Amino acid sequence: MGGKSQQAQGHERAEAGESRETCPHPCFGNEAVDEEFHGEKCTTWAHGGASGLPQPGRAPILAAIRNRDRDGGMTKRGFDKYEERYAERTGVMRSSAMRDLMSLTARPEVISLAGGLPATDSFPQDLFDRINAEISKEKRALSLQYGPTEGFDFLKEDIAEVMAAEGTEIDPAHVLVTTGGQQAIDLVTKTFVNPGDVVLAEGPSYAGALTTFSTYQTEVIHLPVDEHGLLLDEMDVILDRLEAEGRWPKFIYVVPNFSNPGGMTLPLDRRERLVETARERDLLIVEDNPYGLLRFEEKPLPTMYSLDTEENVVYLGSFSKIISPGIRSGWLVAPPPIYQKVVFGKQATDLCSSSYNQLFVHGFISSGEWREYVDRLRDIYRSRRDAMLEVLEQEFPAGSTWTKPVGGFFVWATLPGGLDTGDLLVKAVEENVAFVRGDAFYADGQGTSSMRLSFSAVPEEKIQEGIRRLGRVAQDQLDLYRAMGL
Amino acid sequence: MGRKHVCVLYGGRSLERDVSINTGTRVARALEARGHQVSPVDVDESLVRRLVDLNPDVGFIAMHGKGGEDGTVQELLEILGIPYAGAGVSASIRAMDKVLTKHTLLRRGLPTPRFHAFSDAAFRELGAKDALDIIADQLGLPLVVKPAAQGSALGISVVGEARDLPRAMVSALSFDRKVMLEEFISGRELAVSIVGTQDPRVLPIVEAVPKSGHDFYDFESRYTPGETEFNVPASLESAVAEEVERISLETYRALGCSGFGRVDIILDAADRPWILELNTIPGLTETSLMPAAAEAAGLSFEDLVETVVATAFEPKAE
Repeated sequence: MGGKSQQAQGHERAEAGESRETCPHPCFGNEAVDEEFHGEKCTTWAHGGASGLPQPGRAPILAAIRNRDRDGGMTKRGFDKYEERYAERTGVMRSSAMRDLMSLTARPEVISLAGGLPATDSFPQDLFDRINAEISKEKRALSLQYGPTEGFDFLKEDIAEVMAAEGTEIDPAHVLVTTGGQQAIDLVTKTFVNPGDVVLAEGPSYAGALTTFSTYQTEVIHLPVDEHGLLLDEMDVILDRLEAEGRWPKFIYVVPNFSNPGGMTLPLDRRERLVETARERDLLIVEDNPYGLLRFEEKPLPTMYSLDTEENVVYLGSFSKIISPGIRSGWLVAPPPIYQKVVFGKQATDLCSSSYNQLFVHGFISSGEWREYVDRLRDIYRSRRDAMLEVLEQEFPAGSTWTKPVGGFFVWATLPGGLDTGDLLVKAVEENVAFVRGDAFYADGQGTSSMRLSFSAVPEEKIQEGIRRLGRVAQDQLDLYRAMGL
Repeated sequence: MGRKHVCVLYGGRSLERDVSINTGTRVARALEARGHQVSPVDVDESLVRRLVDLNPDVGFIAMHGKGGEDGTVQELLEILGIPYAGAGVSASIRAMDKVLTKHTLLRRGLPTPRFHAFSDAAFRELGAKDALDIIADQLGLPLVVKPAAQGSALGISVVGEARDLPRAMVSALSFDRKVMLEEFISGRELAVSIVGTQDPRVLPIVEAVPKSGHDFYDFESRYTPGETEFNVPASLESAVAEEVERISLETYRALGCSGFGRVDIILDAADRPWILELNTIPGLTETSLMPAAAEAAGLSFEDLVETVVATAFEPKAE
């Protein structure tokens, strides 16, 4: 930065008769500014080069912050005075231009096939009132106080009941109640991942998990999939490579039932093989199953948790899609050694999940009416899925492919011709339809020709109109590509 | 300027909606702090009706991009007889369309990088793709590909190889039907903020230095705190600074601007300035260039906003 001698040099040059006109700084006739440049206060004017002319200075940040005064003067500002103090893990926390685009999709005239919002308007009003009344009358004290970190025992019993509905028997003592499934992902990652550790995930994978992984500075390696999910031969090859490199993954994150965003369901034989691989190669499986009960056809497949006998699976569940996302209620089921660690992590995060919300969930499950509600949701979503698949067939450009989910909320569509869905989104929003661009579901920039289409929150006619608009925009874009020789 | 009822128009449907909300909110607060009556209006299809009901003394258009900076809303305010700060209709049209701007500059002998521009019809109907290699030869590589009318550096890319041009053009065409290919001039990015109509005044020149990882001052550099360093006033030899100021003022006048504006300039390695564009509604967010320039001139943000609003009562330059 130069020391006193350099500043004195500048000062001397001014004193040696160099008139203000030749001073390299435009002073704007501002006396205070002159004082800054020619006096000792000026710490940002760096001399350099044979010509003696000042170079564009790169003074230390601290000097810049000090110099942030309102009388003019050479101010160098980063506009974020905490810049040097943020933790490394925040390096990934940046706003993206395209994410900002999503705010435009909130307008009512836009048919948004973007958000994976559950259809909570179908929540039974009467039941809602009854549950709240009961809490108010009978359980107020409990609802207002801290609860155990692991969650209330009665809720763990409820969770066991819900998992039994999918054919999985669990010991409630292995359940940790979390604030949404998102927290379960966070706790598992917090427990296992050091900066730079490898985690395997499907490609594409749930964007919320990818975000969590990035905040722990994880290296995510995406595994290839087909319309039924993970390709296990390819996975074995990747595992071999990682083993040879000494970078064994801390776990593999899988959403086996009608995944978000892929809409794929992992068949039984692949589940068994994955569990087998986990056993043979000492791989931890993190099985995330928020949609499992929202299956439209065929019987539920066994969870990998139920197929595993060696404590190689951590299971993550959620009430967001079968009760409501607003109550922020989920869970994980972990083998005992892992369990203690995640409980500790949970305690450090929020002490315990909301007592009130846990009571709400308990009221909902113990009423028994949840099964009927889930049946109703299935019907709603099934019908919407059918509408979407039908209109995709009619309206999307030739060469497009898409998954045909047997449950859940999402269709994953890939457009032909290497069409960029980021560019397409800008045009789509102009036509009042929105989706989520595919690269949001990869940590490595893949997915630029794909998109996630959500049918959960939009009625059938809107789904059809939306896909029609999207099909037109996509076709138009393909014509442009052809015209561009692409 | 005595106490006024100011209507601040912001939001709208452009891709810069969020930036506009930020600008509009800050402007509204500044005017309130100065004791004016402020009616903020998030622009939508009820705009005309609301303006008629509100009957403000003056409007401040804090909208960026299409609808707000291209003369559309200005035209409406003229029809309703509401004075407004900033460029009038034709200046807005000329400045919003970078191609039109550049032709205006060329006519005045003002320096601007060489370029060619096409509508997407030229590609769909006239086989313009076959001209891309010729253009790359004529203008050289790298080339900057940008939509003719869009703000905040959305849709802009720098292309180093001719075979990457078609994709870059398609991206740019997402944002506008007309696209420009411009000679890439490597250099320092300067922003010259100007205030006033009859006797426009140039504020201290700001240099934007994006952090490494950005080829140029892109969207993320502009709106992520900490992504860019600013020098204000930029460190320039006085002869260079004078020239930059001179051509900025000439640009402002040539386009017929009023109220305020910001000229974006690249200073090449030989200290020659090249005009990229003029923005008739510069961003006024926390990370924006014009407020930084004003501050360096001893003008608080509130001073700046009030000065601009006052110009609404002068006749437009165009």
